[in-house]
Amino acid sequence: MADYETFQHDVLVIGAGGAGLRAAIEASAAGVSVGLICKSLLGKAHTVMAEGGIAAALANVDERDNWKVHFADTMRGGQYVNQWRMAELHAKEAPDRVRELEAWGAVFDRTKDGRILQRNFGGHKYPRLAHVGDRTGLEMIRTLQDHGVHQGIDVHMERTILTLLKQSGRVVGAFGYDRERGRFLVFRAKAIVLATGGIGRAYKITSNSWEYTGDGHALAYLAGAELIDMEFVQFHPTGMVWPPSVCGILVTEGVRGEGGILTNKDGRRFMFDSIPENYRAQTADNEEEGWRYCQGDKDARRPPELLTRDHIARCIVREIKEGRGSPHGGVFLDIAWIKKKIPNGAEHIKKKLPSMYHQFKQLADIDITEQPMEVGPTTHYVMGGIRVDSDTQMSRLPGLFAAGECAAGINGANRLGGNSLSDLLVFGKRAGEFAAQFAKENQLGDINGNEIEDVAREALRPFERSKGENPYTLQRDLQETMQDNVGIVRNEAEMTSQLEYLRKFWERASHVGVSGNREFNPGWHTALDLKNLLTVSEAVTRAALERKESRGAQFREDYPEKDARFANVNTIIWRGEDGRMNVRLDPLLEMPDYLKQVIEEMK
Amino acid sequence: MNVQFKIWRGDASGGKFREYATEVSEGMVVLDAVHDIQRTQANDLACRWNCKAGKCGSCSAEVNGMPKLMCMTRMSDLPLDRPITIEPMKAFPIVKDLIADVSWNFRVKKKIKKFKPRPPDAPDGTWRMQQEDIDRVQEFRKCIECFLCQDVCHVLRDHQMHDRFIGPRFLIYAAALEMHPLDTENRVAELREAHGIGYCNITKCCTKVCPEEIEITDNGIIPLKERVVDEFYDPLGWLWRTGKRKREP
Repeated sequence: MADYETFQHDVLVIGAGGAGLRAAIEASAAGVSVGLICKSLLGKAHTVMAEGGIAAALANVDERDNWKVHFADTMRGGQYVNQWRMAELHAKEAPDRVRELEAWGAVFDRTKDGRILQRNFGGHKYPRLAHVGDRTGLEMIRTLQDHGVHQGIDVHMERTILTLLKQSGRVVGAFGYDRERGRFLVFRAKAIVLATGGIGRAYKITSNSWEYTGDGHALAYLAGAELIDMEFVQFHPTGMVWPPSVCGILVTEGVRGEGGILTNKDGRRFMFDSIPENYRAQTADNEEEGWRYCQGDKDARRPPELLTRDHIARCIVREIKEGRGSPHGGVFLDIAWIKKKIPNGAEHIKKKLPSMYHQFKQLADIDITEQPMEVGPTTHYVMGGIRVDSDTQMSRLPGLFAAGECAAGINGANRLGGNSLSDLLVFGKRAGEFAAQFAKENQLGDINGNEIEDVAREALRPFERSKGENPYTLQRDLQETMQDNVGIVRNEAEMTSQLEYLRKFWERASHVGVSGNREFNPGWHTALDLKNLLTVSEAVTRAALERKESRGAQFREDYPEKDARFANVNTIIWRGEDGRMNVRLDPLLEMPDYLKQVIEEMK
Repeated sequence: MNVQFKIWRGDASGGKFREYATEVSEGMVVLDAVHDIQRTQANDLACRWNCKAGKCGSCSAEVNGMPKLMCMTRMSDLPLDRPITIEPMKAFPIVKDLIADVSWNFRVKKKIKKFKPRPPDAPDGTWRMQQEDIDRVQEFRKCIECFLCQDVCHVLRDHQMHDRFIGPRFLIYAAALEMHPLDTENRVAELREAHGIGYCNITKCCTKVCPEEIEITDNGIIPLKERVVDEFYDPLGWLWRTGKRKREP
């Protein structure tokens, strides 16, 4: 084997957003050595873009809130195919994880009596999101980053992992490269935590950055772990639609939490027209009640703009398809109207939604305190991911853990806004804790030099084909076809045709070529990411074909209703001995009685 | 319309401006144009970016000589009748093309004493703070670490005093800690000596380029300078503070 620079850690964390940082902090606190791999610079991971807040039943604003309500909300939002144990742990532990951030220096917005303020969000019964204006993710990642660097974590910035290394069925390391010089690197570790985030770059219209190529999903799948719930891709209802260059950039749900309303071109608040049966009892049936809810009236029910994301995204698509959309193919989101209701409305909007104000002013010449925004759905999050044990976050591969967006289970068929940041904290901590424990109980394994040589040779192949296909063109073709064929509204014919496209894309991927040298070469990086994007695209498509019903984020126009046959199953994706992708349905674990009772009480 | 660009291409050993042209449509930002050029003409053109919405601070560069986030710089705000120049930040070593080696910033931050809160105020382990007492700290914590302020600071850019001065970003970071209502640590001695706050002579270049519009100089650096003066050059204040600090837990 060639002489590659080799690093050695007890625990290697791949991914440095909220989950990765929290895992690294926990593992390090347990007394093991920790390496943390960032695809970008430290502190730039996707968590930084989270806006609305961290969901945790602190009960600072409404004393009726507690873990049971949060648990029931999460399960209802996920259409009950969530891993109930994860939803339970999440609801119980999120408050402590938020308070811990404060102890590490986070500065949340305050209530009048000086405690952490909480705001309304879709699908949450009570105001539950601890927040800092609309830049909560920045606050969270910076707090974790600043706390973590003083703990002796070894941070590897701008490095990408190409493969996980195994020995007798257990992970023993990872192999990758550094962006700056393009050199290959070996990481030996006793345990590995994947915290690589999502897959949004598989779609054309997305709120996700270039990093979101499903790396952890693909690494785990190829190493032999299972993926679960991959059909459930969240299309956030409100992304920017105009101008074209900003299409897909997120508009926080916090706008609706602060009283923003959705209207069509006729000025109608169309969300009142379609309130699902299971939310009817908790949803306002008139505009005045909805407004009172946003103002903190505890007797009022929440406005239909705060229904779950899957439902709102579909309603927006319907309005657009039926010709009631806005000029640039979206609908209107209006926060300016609250000026009629409260004094100093414009100042209030700027104070509560500063980065939204800034974003529209600077990128679209829209003053959101004066005019409505134009918004439409954007690919935002994947509920599906690596199948893990609910308590320890370990995958079925010994020593391989996963946390955050790349792991799955807590969200079921649809994630509630705000549950992601709390998921990162709760399960990042758990993954770090149990990975450290695993590292203490196991020795370093051996690295197979031949395996590494194969991966290195394959990674360099695009340089031999300087006249090969442009990797950006292939990436764009993939994004366009996934958007068209496996998007918000799906059917068997389009998804089957997508499998055929994917077959051709795999073929084309073996012909991509890049120019230049190995030093900081984005063309090369794009070529290397294709394998992951294609793997997760296929997983989404196969899982979506398998679930012949509509539930949560999956809407099948050929099976538009929920089907009891799929009410208690998860789709599982795994790699066969022959290298082919397989899909099956596994029954959910039976929920214990005390949790069933909670759900019954909260109905 | 078709617009001309001059983009700096090269690495630590040298480089030069190369000319490109691409179509510019309504609403485009500089980063879109760079991506178009990268996608169609120069696959290996190196630039950093992530969020494309002014939230992550990755795509810092100098556009027509001005330090900017490329993702928040509208093409329509630039003169399009002549070539637009794009080059990397100059206060740091070059890696390649538009990529500067900003690793010094991460090393500096590690040297600043970490947050050290007072014991919790309430039996449940939580604290109480009033919103008006944290407004200033929240302003500083808006920082997205784009390092544009470091890029324009003449102490760093022209005099290359990276070993003696931490720069506006980390003065603001220190200010956020020093003014945090819960923090009990004292960083004033280091600010004066190792962190070199005296080198800042308040030209406010940093404030002008901050994409988050943080009042770096007026709200952060000047109050910190006053603390240094109070602590080290005012004997009565020094005595009073020394006594006070001893009484605090």
